Amino acid sequence: MTTVHPPAHPPAHAEARPSRFSARTLWLTVAVVLVVLFSLAPILWQVLTSIKVNADIAAIPNVYFPRRFTLQHYIEIFNRRPFLNYMLNSFFVAFTSTLLCLALGTPAAYALARLRLPGERIVLASVLIVTLFPYILLFIGLLEIVRATGLANNYLALIIPYTAINIPLTILVMRSFFQQLPRDLEDSAKVDGYNTWQMLVRILLPLTTPALVTTGILAFIAAWNEFIFALTFITRESMKTIPVAVAQISGTAVFEIPYGALAAATVVGTLPLVILVLLFQRRIVQGLTAGAVKG
Amino acid sequence: MAKLELRHLNKTYTPKVIPVKDLSLDVDDGEFLTLLGPSGCGKSTTLRMIAGLEQPTRGDVVINGEVVTSKAPGDRNIAMVFQSYALYPHMTVYDNLASGLRLRKMPSEEIRRRIAEVSGFLGLDSLMDRKPGQLSGGQRQRVALGRALVRQPAVFLLDEPLSNLDALLREQVRAELKSIFESMQTPVVYVTHDQTEAMTLSSKVAVLNDGYLQQLDPPRRIYTHPANRFVAGFIGSPQMNLFDLQCDGRTAILGNARIPLPSSITPPPTVTLGIRPEHVELVSSEVNGRGHSVQGKVVLVENLGMSDLVSIRIRGTDHTTLRALIPSDRPWRQETLTLSLPAEHLHWFDAETGDRLYSEPLSLPPERPQERKEVR
Ligand SMILES: Nc1ncnc2c1ncn2[C@@H]1O[C@H](COP(=O)(O)OP(=O)(O)OP(=O)(O)O)[C@@H](O)[C@H]1O
Ligand SMILES: [Mg+2]
Repeated sequence: MTTVHPPAHPPAHAEARPSRFSARTLWLTVAVVLVVLFSLAPILWQVLTSIKVNADIAAIPNVYFPRRFTLQHYIEIFNRRPFLNYMLNSFFVAFTSTLLCLALGTPAAYALARLRLPGERIVLASVLIVTLFPYILLFIGLLEIVRATGLANNYLALIIPYTAINIPLTILVMRSFFQQLPRDLEDSAKVDGYNTWQMLVRILLPLTTPALVTTGILAFIAAWNEFIFALTFITRESMKTIPVAVAQISGTAVFEIPYGALAAATVVGTLPLVILVLLFQRRIVQGLTAGAVKG
Repeated sequence: MAKLELRHLNKTYTPKVIPVKDLSLDVDDGEFLTLLGPSGCGKSTTLRMIAGLEQPTRGDVVINGEVVTSKAPGDRNIAMVFQSYALYPHMTVYDNLASGLRLRKMPSEEIRRRIAEVSGFLGLDSLMDRKPGQLSGGQRQRVALGRALVRQPAVFLLDEPLSNLDALLREQVRAELKSIFESMQTPVVYVTHDQTEAMTLSSKVAVLNDGYLQQLDPPRRIYTHPANRFVAGFIGSPQMNLFDLQCDGRTAILGNARIPLPSSITPPPTVTLGIRPEHVELVSSEVNGRGHSVQGKVVLVENLGMSDLVSIRIRGTDHTTLRALIPSDRPWRQETLTLSLPAEHLHWFDAETGDRLYSEPLSLPPERPQERKEVR
């Protein structure tokens, strides 16, 4: 049928729209604010606590918004304890394991995506199963291994397990990314005369940066926040990582819990992650949506 | 000076999937060879073996007398245009064009000169700083073509380069391709499943089916002398009429008509008779028909604009229909038609093997006006 029907709704309707639209906007705003408050409240509370003076922290009733501000707690954690050192330790461990993850996981992902390997499905299935392993089971086994190999108080005792735990995620994410890169692109590079290494560095790597950054950040966050391994495998004070150090602050005083220092330490420990994510935000979004539309 | 030879190429993926079984052909300087065949017949596989992207199971690829079968694609001095264009999305048009040359350590002066030349004539000058994502489909296609042209390779390979363009643009680019490659003394291997492209562009067409080369001839001869039943049915649109007929001595029986076989044929028990719809003629009165006439009831009329495609049920048969292309300006509005099958346009094939039963001397018959029709 090719008859032309007149529009069903006369345009007079349009006048009613603005008010309805603004009501919707209002609800949306309220909802967004509530959700943001709900998820950010703990962090906000930590930030506020870290800049309150001790009297306000202990005051009853609660002082929600302090009048007096102090940087005392921050100065304390950096002066009385080697907090900068902890941060560097954490950074070193997380950064190294992230690099290892990407360096080992990306070629594996490429192979799984592109080459027709015998037993490919089995490899993929086992990669998935590894991620399903209860963490605590791994921990007991690892403890034995660390003891047997004498790796205690060695960064390797953290770097190796972190890498191992994060590699499955790297492989799965990178593999799905490689799969949706057109195959012709690589063929065309080969015809142009790129050898495998040049193709990887000049064609594939620039195209995979978003995915690399995304998985890299996920791996980095996981390693930065890890607590149990770090607590058990590293006992030397100068080698401890941030999560352990933060936990220890509450353990040092018997009579009172140093909430201020604790909060300051938490903020300091979280800040690098926030900065990292903000820096790469644009790239992460690209990476997460890269699979959504055919490129 | 360049020449491409394929010697007994075979590609076996699994014992059941053998897209290319035994393929040998030559492409000389200045020749434009089209690989034509139905989907899945191994055209792309063949092209990829020439490029070195796929290793043949058996057989060799020879460029300029040198066996390159074990060489990497980059060392074969070939350039390829992909169906998806496969431009590097993170590079500008200029870098896309230059990348193959830079890898070959060409001085940047020479690179700039070549790119300027090619881009000038493909109309890419104003697009040099854009990324492929900012180009239209037709522009991308040009860049892909340009990337092959600047290389000045020994052999050009093109895999359905026009299939992503809309119909109008396709015709335009087809004409451009023809003039570009005609001016060049380089062998071209072109893959398509579009007959019009094959017929208009090529100097030789290789029809592939079932992993084998069915026929290798200039386009006109493929049309006038199909080597077997498959080629006869595959080339030409509307499709050739093909009838499996019993022979009685030296005549084939088509309904009430008895059609004598050419004297040069030793008749097999059954033959396949082929005639193109455009060669079937309308007979006004039964006496003046050229060739053998058949009668039948009209069962279907399809209007193709320039002409009507008329299907008749041949009298004296159960379901055999004959399709004839009748120019729209011929009046014929009867229920029953008499059509004649001119003897010079009949194709005879062995019904069992499908092979053509006789072949005329290789020289082409002089062109006759009614044969001028474009094959589409
Ligand atoms: N890597 C592969 N592994 C197994 N079989 C394959 C592979 N590549 C192609 N084939 C098979 O080989 C056959 C020929 O494929 P090819 O791509 O050459 O077809 P084509 O003639 O180019 O078809 P089209 O016109 O659709 O592009 C197909 O049946 C296909 O399924
Ligand atoms: Mg193909």
